[in-house]
Amino acid sequence: MSQQVENLIKKDYAAGFHSAIESDTLPPGLNEDTVRFISAKKGEPEWLLEWRLKAFRAWQEMEEPTWAHVHYPEIDFQSISYFSSPKSMADKPKSLSEVDPELIATYEKLGIPLHEQEMLAGVAVDAVFDSVSVVTTFRAKLEEAGVIFCPISEAVHRCPELIQKYLGSVVPQKDNYYAALNSAVFSDGSFVYIPKGVRCPMELSTYFRINEMNTGQFERTLIIADEGSHVSYLEGCTAPMRDENQLHAAVVELVAMDGATIKYSTVQNWYPGDAEGKGGIYNFVTKRGLCHANAKISWTQVETGSAITWKYPSCILKGDNSVGEFYSVALTNNFQQADTGTKMIHLGKNTRSTIIAKGISAGRSNSAYRGLVRMNPGAEGARNFTQCDSLLIGDRCGAHTFPYIESKNPSAVVEHEATTSKVSDDQMFLCQQRGLDAEKAISMIVNGFCREVFKELPMEFAVEAGKLLEVSLEGSVG
Amino acid sequence: MLSVKGLHAKVEENEILKGLDIEIRPGEVHAIMGPNGSGKSTLGNILSGRPGYEATAGKITFKGRDLLEMGTEERAREGLFLAFQYPVEIPGVSNMEFLKASVDAKRKHAGQEPLSSVDFMKLARATSKRVDLEANFLKRGVNEGFSGGEKKRNEIMQMMLLEPELCILDETDSGLDIDALQVVADGVNSMRDGHRSFIVVTHYQRLLDYIVPDYVHVLAGGRIVKSGDKSLALELEAKGYGWLEGEVA
Repeated sequence: MSQQVENLIKKDYAAGFHSAIESDTLPPGLNEDTVRFISAKKGEPEWLLEWRLKAFRAWQEMEEPTWAHVHYPEIDFQSISYFSSPKSMADKPKSLSEVDPELIATYEKLGIPLHEQEMLAGVAVDAVFDSVSVVTTFRAKLEEAGVIFCPISEAVHRCPELIQKYLGSVVPQKDNYYAALNSAVFSDGSFVYIPKGVRCPMELSTYFRINEMNTGQFERTLIIADEGSHVSYLEGCTAPMRDENQLHAAVVELVAMDGATIKYSTVQNWYPGDAEGKGGIYNFVTKRGLCHANAKISWTQVETGSAITWKYPSCILKGDNSVGEFYSVALTNNFQQADTGTKMIHLGKNTRSTIIAKGISAGRSNSAYRGLVRMNPGAEGARNFTQCDSLLIGDRCGAHTFPYIESKNPSAVVEHEATTSKVSDDQMFLCQQRGLDAEKAISMIVNGFCREVFKELPMEFAVEAGKLLEVSLEGSVG
Repeated sequence: MLSVKGLHAKVEENEILKGLDIEIRPGEVHAIMGPNGSGKSTLGNILSGRPGYEATAGKITFKGRDLLEMGTEERAREGLFLAFQYPVEIPGVSNMEFLKASVDAKRKHAGQEPLSSVDFMKLARATSKRVDLEANFLKRGVNEGFSGGEKKRNEIMQMMLLEPELCILDETDSGLDIDALQVVADGVNSMRDGHRSFIVVTHYQRLLDYIVPDYVHVLAGGRIVKSGDKSLALELEAKGYGWLEGEVA
């Protein structure tokens, strides 16, 4: 089969194109003036500028982390441009008809026509095109329910007290190197607030795209679910083809108040680089949620893109009886490298967490699962279950598992299961003997392997995720 | 239907088949018997194009075409079916999904539209009943956690759904109790229609009480050393394979 495997990994990136929209772009470079420019451009209040500057100063003192199982040339942070916005944003389109047709065309190439989504899917889309949110739909309907779903730059003005209280409350400015950088220069992102006892009437969805040459993308997302509320948030992204490596350092903060539930689903498909390992996005993401009593945060991610993935969506289970979940599929192909996993920090009594991580490696790629389960002294009766499976396609890829378990409470129970398997020749032969071609066979076997995670995804995402795996694996079997 | 002439084949440098000839016409059932290591399974694997099995000499014609020129999946789509001796599990892939993909692939090859999910589901449910498998087997992962007998019945169900022209049953009787054997045999017999051909590879005569062959061949030392009608199987049952040793040399 290895000969077949050799051939299956050669396929142009399906979402690879570049649309020509005029941009208001800052020249490359990063200093305090850059931070001030971004803040001024957004008309931010003084406190937020100071907040950014504090982060920037902290970042300057910090060192780039090197502990992850990924290798890449040093990043020159001065060669990156830290702000760009589509020009047509200046006059704030209120509906799709006012939006730059180039932009609409871009979405249509990606198969996500907004007008269809508005009509059919009932999904409110906060479309982030480069750094500025261009279109927000269904806002009126959400407002009826009291839900706030808007660009974070807008939320700074609409609900400053919430932003001031919660921004950086879960991921502090100095949390880590990339979080500090993000805090200094974050461009835009989504803000969600669900009031007490409200079940958000629709799934909230954001599509991200990087579109400017050489522009780092620094998304900042903050979701607050007030007591007893419920929200499901979908994040999906694709990026156009390009040669230079691009830095993407997002921060996502979730706050689930007493009895609230936040379900956060991601399909990540940034440009992974070509078959020779050239280009691709560097994706350094900090995602963390804080659970108060009886709250639940569930992370589901399907990671197929990016040249480098460094990402550990985590839960701090602060309140008693709170629940954290992490369901992950990470697929690497060609020369991609992924170091991803989660942290479950059990602070409260009877807190529970579940981790299901599926890693798939093909080509010459490497994927690592890195997970921390910590039972603090107060985590009486806490439980964790971790299952971590790796699937290898071909014989030149690698899978690695780095589980860290720290238990400081004798009543806490931590279970860890791990397996590594290969797509077997016998499975391939069975499929082919039944008339399936090699690519269909691989994608079916891989989809089966990921089933436990896919069933956690919202329906429309599950279909997309299956397709994405198929596209990502094209060329990895002949 | 199938013509094999002077077939030599090897597996990992070991020559297993050494000049095998067989001729199968539409509608015929041929039983292939023989001692362990005689190359019975190799024949099925070579015919179906299993990686690692290589034909080094000879000619195989299937429906007038050079079989060895055809890829594994093309042979399958053209109507060659192998019922596995040891069906493999594919965790997480539902039987239904797998079967529909197989049937769709074959229909597409024949220039037909894929069946709608509803039509397929009806067909699959009806077929599972024919092999005495509960409908919930369709939802389970392919062979995942199936007993030996359930796996074999699942193979026959696949065969019924795919309606192949040439069915190769590779020791389908091994590990089956008498009831399961009856179900499998009934399934096969119900598919005998005067056009479809079968190669039934077996170690024991027992299966041939249920699936009555037109011809019985004895494979030994990589060649067919004796052919006859169904009475040959009974003779083998009584005498064993030893008396044929002379003919191998």
